[in-house]
Amino acid sequence: EMKHIVTLETRANGGCGECQTSCQSACKTSCGIANQKCN
Amino acid sequence: MIHRYQLGGFNIVLDVCSGAIHAVDELAYDMIGLYEAQSREDILRAMLEKYGGTAHVTAEEVARCYDQITQLKDSGQLFTPDTFAPMAGKFKERSEGVVKALCLHVAHTCNLNCSYCFASQGKYHGKRAIMSYEVGKRALDFLIEHSGTRRNLEVDFFGGEPLMNFQVVKDLVAYARMREKDAGKNFRFTLTTNGLLIDDDVIDFCNREMSNVVLSLDGRKEVHDRYRVDFAGNGSWERIVPKFQKLVAARGGKNYYMRGTFTHANPDFLADIRQMLDLGFTELSMEPVVCAPDDPAALTQEDLPIVLEQYELLAALMLSREREGRPFTFYHYMIDLTGGPCIYKRISGCGSGTEYMAVTPWGDLYPCHQFVGEEKFCLGNVWDGVTKPDTQGEFARCNVYAKPECRDCWARLYCSGGCAANAYHATGAITGTYQYGCELFCKRMECAIMLAVARAAGGGQ
Repeated sequence: EMKHIVTLETRANGGCGECQTSCQSACKTSCGIANQKCN
Repeated sequence: MIHRYQLGGFNIVLDVCSGAIHAVDELAYDMIGLYEAQSREDILRAMLEKYGGTAHVTAEEVARCYDQITQLKDSGQLFTPDTFAPMAGKFKERSEGVVKALCLHVAHTCNLNCSYCFASQGKYHGKRAIMSYEVGKRALDFLIEHSGTRRNLEVDFFGGEPLMNFQVVKDLVAYARMREKDAGKNFRFTLTTNGLLIDDDVIDFCNREMSNVVLSLDGRKEVHDRYRVDFAGNGSWERIVPKFQKLVAARGGKNYYMRGTFTHANPDFLADIRQMLDLGFTELSMEPVVCAPDDPAALTQEDLPIVLEQYELLAALMLSREREGRPFTFYHYMIDLTGGPCIYKRISGCGSGTEYMAVTPWGDLYPCHQFVGEEKFCLGNVWDGVTKPDTQGEFARCNVYAKPECRDCWARLYCSGGCAANAYHATGAITGTYQYGCELFCKRMECAIMLAVARAAGGGQ
């Protein structure tokens, strides 16, 4: 059987707000919320 | 909504609203592209015409592939509808008045004279100024008082050049450490520096107290020294590189970012990344310049295809060095697909003007460091708090679903609507979109996701 599609294994009162503010982390000029980590 | 693209030898399909990521073969890639526009019969016929001569691609196999796509759709991993719009703004409503992060402008002055500086050589289009201990102490008290139930509080020492006010930085950290236990808070400090004033005292202090340090280096000597000069016009590269190397070594090579800026003078910024690697730095961030469109440093439309290709070449370099056992990180390619931010954070935006503010040397509050100097955005001060709730309200209502251009963008749950300051400076409205920045961001996300696929496949390419 051919494997046509492989799906990556990936993954909160509506969020706790404890995660790092994105613009504080590295670049200070081009926000990257996707680069933050979660609790 | 889905986003299909081919990169690094992979056919990749992102299901935008479930976050599912699929690596697919050519047949599935084409079929997914047609799935919502054509009938099953038409798709099967078209695929058999295209792939029928290929080994193993029989009518049964094509039908099986189609059914696999249907199963993924039925299980919420393809063509997932967007149900998040009603939630946008709820997170900010629920945390109204809560502040958890401050950018402390401890020095509106600098010992470098970089012409491309968005902060006009650290002065933010105003006068030179240094933050006093009293103002900084009040800012920390303001943060604690307004942090609600938040435990993690963040303070970035920024400028200008914050090390020109190093004693106040040290005193403020000591004050925060004294208060954090009784207040039930955990302070996370960061510092951004051009490196000129780094000495053993600074290194010891940073390695003891700073969870991250951001070190400004543009890469190649001739690139760096084109803009990053002192007031006598002398380049700074040779003076700062040994200091950065000493600081990074003392930190064990962790918890820092070598942060470069690329401009119209070096859209081929991968050469600057390579220079940083050759110098022994492995935690890297290279950012497009932020300046007026008529500035000689500004990136142009002609630069765009060069920059986009550089991002792809950078991803390939990361994979090849990982295989060689010499990995490095690039800030924008670090997306955690199993422990990243929750959907509520993603649809709320960066928090500028609400949970994140900048404090000037004299204690005024601004939505973020990039709005400092724009008087109409002054929100209040650290003694009286927010005195312009209408202005703050504009930021509270600013999220990815408040931006019409973002509604049909596949990357909207990764950029969260992007940077309000960039949008304002490009369009005159914080709910606008900085299209050039969007193109760069989308390419960075495509590369970051491709890297995840390649690693899952055991190295890729």
